[in-house]
Amino acid sequence: MTFVKTLSQKAWIWSFVGMFAVWLATAVYTGGKGSADVLTAALSFATFTVIVGIGQMFVITTGPGNVDLSIPSTISLSGAVAMKIMDGSNAMLAIGFAASMGCGVAVGIFNYILIRVLRIPPIIATLSSSFLILSSAIAYGRGLKIKPPPLLADFTTAQIMGIPVLAIVIILLAAVMGVVLNRTMYGRSVLAIGQNMRAAWLAGINVERIRFFTYLLSAVLAALCGFLLSGFSGGASLNMGQEYLLASIAVVVIGGTSVAGGKANVAGIWGAAMFMFLLVTMLNTFGASAGIRLIMTGLIIVAVITIAGGDEPQR
Amino acid sequence: MNASDKTIVSLTHVAKHFGAVRALDGVDLTVTAGECLGLVGHNGAGKSTLMNVLAGTLSADKGTISVHGHDLSGRYSVSTAGENGIRCVFQELSLCPNLSVAENARIFHPSLTGFGWKRRAGDMIHAKLDEIFPGHGITPDDVVADLSIGKRQMVEIARAFTTTNAPLHLVILDEPTSSLDAVTSGQLLDFVRKVVGSGISCILISHVLGEVLNYADRIVVMKDGLVVASKPGSDFTRDTLVAAMGNVVEVEEIKDHQAFEAKRGQTEIVIEARSDTALDSVPLVAHRGEIIGLAGLASHGQTTMLLKIYDAAMRNKRTPKVDGPVALVAGDRQTDGVFHLWSISRNVGVRSLRRMVKRGLIDPLAEAALGREWQERIKIKTPDMDDNILSLSGGNQQKALFARALASDADIILMDDPMRGVDIGTKLEVYDLIRDEAAQGRTFLWYTTEMDELYNCDHTYVFRDGAIVADLTRDALSEEKILQSSFQESA
Repeated sequence: MTFVKTLSQKAWIWSFVGMFAVWLATAVYTGGKGSADVLTAALSFATFTVIVGIGQMFVITTGPGNVDLSIPSTISLSGAVAMKIMDGSNAMLAIGFAASMGCGVAVGIFNYILIRVLRIPPIIATLSSSFLILSSAIAYGRGLKIKPPPLLADFTTAQIMGIPVLAIVIILLAAVMGVVLNRTMYGRSVLAIGQNMRAAWLAGINVERIRFFTYLLSAVLAALCGFLLSGFSGGASLNMGQEYLLASIAVVVIGGTSVAGGKANVAGIWGAAMFMFLLVTMLNTFGASAGIRLIMTGLIIVAVITIAGGDEPQR
Repeated sequence: MNASDKTIVSLTHVAKHFGAVRALDGVDLTVTAGECLGLVGHNGAGKSTLMNVLAGTLSADKGTISVHGHDLSGRYSVSTAGENGIRCVFQELSLCPNLSVAENARIFHPSLTGFGWKRRAGDMIHAKLDEIFPGHGITPDDVVADLSIGKRQMVEIARAFTTTNAPLHLVILDEPTSSLDAVTSGQLLDFVRKVVGSGISCILISHVLGEVLNYADRIVVMKDGLVVASKPGSDFTRDTLVAAMGNVVEVEEIKDHQAFEAKRGQTEIVIEARSDTALDSVPLVAHRGEIIGLAGLASHGQTTMLLKIYDAAMRNKRTPKVDGPVALVAGDRQTDGVFHLWSISRNVGVRSLRRMVKRGLIDPLAEAALGREWQERIKIKTPDMDDNILSLSGGNQQKALFARALASDADIILMDDPMRGVDIGTKLEVYDLIRDEAAQGRTFLWYTTEMDELYNCDHTYVFRDGAIVADLTRDALSEEKILQSSFQESA
C-alpha cells in the first residue's frame, strides 16, 4: 500500500502547491491587500468546477476514450429548466430542483444509450448529445430572463466568516465521493475497469452497469452545477456551461487523476480548481492582456503537469 | 573462468535487487556455442530476472557481463545484446498487439527497408513459422491482438530465429512451451535441437522437467537468486533434479495419486453446454463436485467454451445451463487477469469484495486478512502483500489469480490453462487444493495444454475445430486417445 499511497499523494499534492504559489505571488504583488478576498472568490468559483470535475473524474477513470463532453450543455439545460419552472418563487424550489435532477438523469441515460446500444465512442456520443441537449435548452428557455428564487440566490452566495457556505457543502460532497471511490464496490469497480476492462469483467464486475452509473453520475452532477450556478449568478443563460468543458477535464488531470484510467484522486480536484481560478486572478492583477493571459495559463498548466510527473509509463 | 573461444556469454557475480527482494544474489553463468542450456528453478528463483539481464532489458547492480570475451559491463543494453546476436523470447510476450505479424517481424530487422518491406518481412516470418511449426495456420497479415496466446507465442518464437544481417548466436526461450500444446511444444523442441546442431546456442527455461531433461545438454538449477547446480543433463534424473531445486513435495506420478471414484450420477448437473458449431458429438456436462478437463490442441474452442459458460452465468442466461456463481482463473494474465496498478492483496480480493463490505464500505482489515490467508495457503512469494502485483514473478502472479478465484464465493471455477509459468512444487499443491475443493462440492472446468494435468480430472472433453469430439472418463483417458481425437478427420 505504501508504494501506491506515496505515488498518489505525490500526484495530487502538486495542485495545492501550485495553488499556494500562485496565491502567494498575487499577495506579494498587491502587498497583501485583498488577498483574503481573493481566496473567498476562488472558493466560490472553484466550487462549480469541482462539482463537474468529480463527475468527469469518474468518467475518465473508467479508462482511455471515456470522457463526458456533454457537461456544458447539461449545465445550461438544467439551469434553464429549473429557472423556468421555479419562476422566481421560493415555493417551487423543491420542484425546480427535482426537475433539474431529472434533466441530469435523462441526459445520463441518453448518453449511455448512445455509447452502449449504438456503440458510438464516448467522445463522439457525448459531443453529439451535447448539441441535442443545448438545442433543447434553447427551444425550451427562449428569451430566458428569469431571476432565481431569493432563497436559492441567498443560499448560493451566503458566507460564514468569509467562507462560502456552498463551498463547505461541496467540500463535504468531495469527501463523500472520495470515500465512494476508495471504499465502495462501485468505486473499486471503476478503478478496476479503468485498468483493464476485460479483466474486470472476468473478475466478476458488471462492467456495463458500472459504466452506466458513471455516465449517469457525471450528468447528474452537471445538472446540480447548472442549478446552483444559475442561483449564484442571478439566472440561467444558454452559454453558462461553456467554460466548464475544458475546465472539468483540466482539473481532473491537474488534480492527479490518470488520463489512462484506473487511478483517480478527488482531493486534487479541489486544489486544481482553486489553482486555475487563482492563476487567472494573478495574471489579471499583473495587468496581463487577454492574449498573454491565455498563453501563460496554457504554459503554467503544462508546467504543473510536468512537475507532477504525469503518469507512470503504461505497459 | 577460462574463456575459451567457444564461450558466447559469461556472467560473473551478477546481482540484482528490487528493493528488499534479492532477485539475483551473485550468479555465475557461461554459455558455449552450440549448447542447449536448460534453466530450472521455483517461481521467483530469479530465472526471468537473469534472462532479462542477459537480454539487456534489466541492468545488473553488480557483476560483469562479457560477450565473446569482451567485457561489456556497464554499457550492456538491449541494442548491444542484439548486435552481439543475443535474442530473447520473453515469458510476458513482447509483440505489439495492434500490428500485424509481418510488421512485428520488421521491428526486429531495421535493415528491411524500401519498397515491399512488408511483403519481405511477411515472407521471412512465414517461412520461419513453416520451418518450426508446420501447419501453424498463421498468415503474415494477421493482427497480433486477434491471435490466441498460443499463436502469439509461436510468432514470438519464430521471430527470434529470423535473421537478416545481424548475427544470431544465442536465443533465450523463457518458458516457451507454457502456452503451447503437446504437438507444437514437440515441434519447437525438435527445432531447438536442430538449431543447436548448427552452432547456435539456446537457453531453455521450463517448468516441465521432462522437456529440460530430454532436450538440454547442460542443466543449471537456480534457487533464491543463486545457481545451486550446473551439470550435464545426463547426470540428472527427474528425482535428482527436483531434489536440486529444493523441493520438499514428494514427486509421485500424478496418475497414481489418488484412487478416483466415479462421481457421475451421484450429484446433480450444474453445467450443460454445447459449442457454437453444432458438430458436437456430446454436450459438455459437469456434475457438482466434478473436475472436468477440456483437452485438445491449443485454441480449438476450449477458451471460447469457458467464456460462453462464464458469460451465461454473469448474465443469467438460460443456455448454456450454469447453476451457481462462477469465477475464472485467467491463463493469459496480462490481458485477462492482472490489475497492474494494484497491490497483490487488492488483486486477490477483487472477486470477493461483496463479502468484505461492512455498512456499505469495504473493510480494509478484511481485505488485508484475505490477502494474508491466501499468501499462506498458496505460498505467494513476496515480502509484502501490499506491494504492486507486477513486483511478483510470472508464476507468482498466476498464483495470485488462483487465489482470487478460490477465495471467492463461486461454486464453479473455470480455469483457462491456469498453470502457465507455475513451478512443479506449486502445481502439485494446487492440484491437491483443487481436489479438496472439489470434494467439498466445488465444480472445476479445467482447460489445460499439459497432458499430465488431465489425470486430475473425472471427465475429459476433447475439442477440435471448436467442437466437442470426445468424452473420456478417467479410466479411459490416455495420451494416445486424446491425440487421436485431436487429429481425426483434420486435413
